Amino acid sequence: MLEVENLTVAYGKHIALDNASISVQAGQMVAILGANGAGKSSLLGAIGGRARPQSGVIRYNGQSLLDMPAHKLAEHGIALVPEGRGIFPGLSVEENLRLGAIPKRAREGATETLAEVFNLFPKLAERRGQIAGTMSGGEQQMVAIGRALMSNPEILLLDEPSLGLAPIVVKEVFSALTRIRAKGLTIVIVEQNARATLALADYVYLVEVGRITGSGPAEEIKSNPSVERAFLGGAVAPVNA
Amino acid sequence: MTKLIIPLLALVALAFAPNFVSAYGLGLLIGAATYVTLASAWALFSGHTHYVSLATVAFYGTGAYCMAVLNEALPYWAVLLCAGGIGATMAALVGLSTLRLQGVYFVIFSFGLAELVRQLITWYEVNVTGTLGRYIFLDISARDIYWQMLALGAATIALTAWIHRSRLGMALRVIGDDEAVAAHSGINLARVKLIAFVLSAVILTLAGAITSPRYVYVEPAIVFNPTVSFLTVIMALLGGANRLWGPALGAVPLFLVFEWLSTNFPDSYPIFMGLLFIGVVFLLPDGILAGIEKLRARRKVQS
Repeated sequence: MLEVENLTVAYGKHIALDNASISVQAGQMVAILGANGAGKSSLLGAIGGRARPQSGVIRYNGQSLLDMPAHKLAEHGIALVPEGRGIFPGLSVEENLRLGAIPKRAREGATETLAEVFNLFPKLAERRGQIAGTMSGGEQQMVAIGRALMSNPEILLLDEPSLGLAPIVVKEVFSALTRIRAKGLTIVIVEQNARATLALADYVYLVEVGRITGSGPAEEIKSNPSVERAFLGGAVAPVNA
Repeated sequence: MTKLIIPLLALVALAFAPNFVSAYGLGLLIGAATYVTLASAWALFSGHTHYVSLATVAFYGTGAYCMAVLNEALPYWAVLLCAGGIGATMAALVGLSTLRLQGVYFVIFSFGLAELVRQLITWYEVNVTGTLGRYIFLDISARDIYWQMLALGAATIALTAWIHRSRLGMALRVIGDDEAVAAHSGINLARVKLIAFVLSAVILTLAGAITSPRYVYVEPAIVFNPTVSFLTVIMALLGGANRLWGPALGAVPLFLVFEWLSTNFPDSYPIFMGLLFIGVVFLLPDGILAGIEKLRARRKVQS
């Protein structure tokens, strides 16, 4: 469904992402794990049209996404939830959500989609009139995800949805992701919170200092000792292991 | 209904105002109407998007120059049409190339644009036409200018009210909140910003064209005076740039204050202007209207 080949993203001389390739199948949940500054967001940013790659190919259902403006991506069924609460703080919850339904593909069924989003996040239904900027971080993240869902996407790109949230709120956000996933939506998630993400994802890419250093089904990655050491903060593996 | 009746009654009253004032009073009315128009037109684009433009005078001055150059060749209404067209073309060209600049870069660029236009016209007049400065002798009375400016100002506010309710207005608000998210919601940023920028520029250019006969003598240093751009911004901010009546509310008192200061302290009045600018930004960052709302909310809580 989504193919990224030999993608290089550089900011001036600094190479944020070096020759990275990933592949996402329809219905999969793919996680991209890595530490701060590893290049995860650059990867997602390039797919979402926010970072301009130096070289490489990004294809979505056979069509190149390079040079496609962000508002066209939404028309093609690609929804991005950017890092750090992608909401409009001055608008109400419902306005935020309804704005998500701007793409043509989303307009017709908008009312049904809204009901679905409220079903997914009952808290948002209760607070539909509240100004989004006055909500807690976790609630704002729900609004952001809800807004992305309103565009009736085929694929959802999430950039660190757990960033800066209290652990209990993170749990809430991830349980919502589980329910979204169950609906068959394709998801690409970039995260630092490896443990929670690994429990959900089908396939995982590991990113370290701008390179993809490993990949595999989540089950395999979970049991890999070096991953445990680097990403899960597990006990240090013996030297000769 | 009252929302419509009160402004209409006020408009009618203002239309008859010239009958009751002296020539100086009429001058004040024209000045106030001009700044209400400029500030409202500025806010049409900048109020919601938060793109602070200092290019007001680039369009205003261009309008004035259109009138100065064309008034003997074309009938008056055709000059206005030309001015609007030139303003729109200029805004479209400039907008296409620069509206992706954000924050302080856009502010600096827009300031530079006004200087650029001014220098270009100076260069052209000196090297090609061999003159600097033109006279505008038009058979048009101060009352006519006032009525035209009043109509333009009213039209600007009506247009703003309509935009606030339209999809375009929603898109502008959302762009001001978070451009990246707006784009990912499927809003065509370039198109929305360009439409608002061009609409605003056409009004600014027309305002320059309409008011220019008052100058009689026009040269780049006069009609491209950057103070006009700064005043417009302060006025809109003072009233509240994202409210329908905010810019008008800020423009009238500030215009009168500056008029008084510049006649009584002609040498030192820019100092007061600077102080006022700082004061507005510090004390009323969201404008008078938002300030009043906050005060009311606080009273409610107390009682």
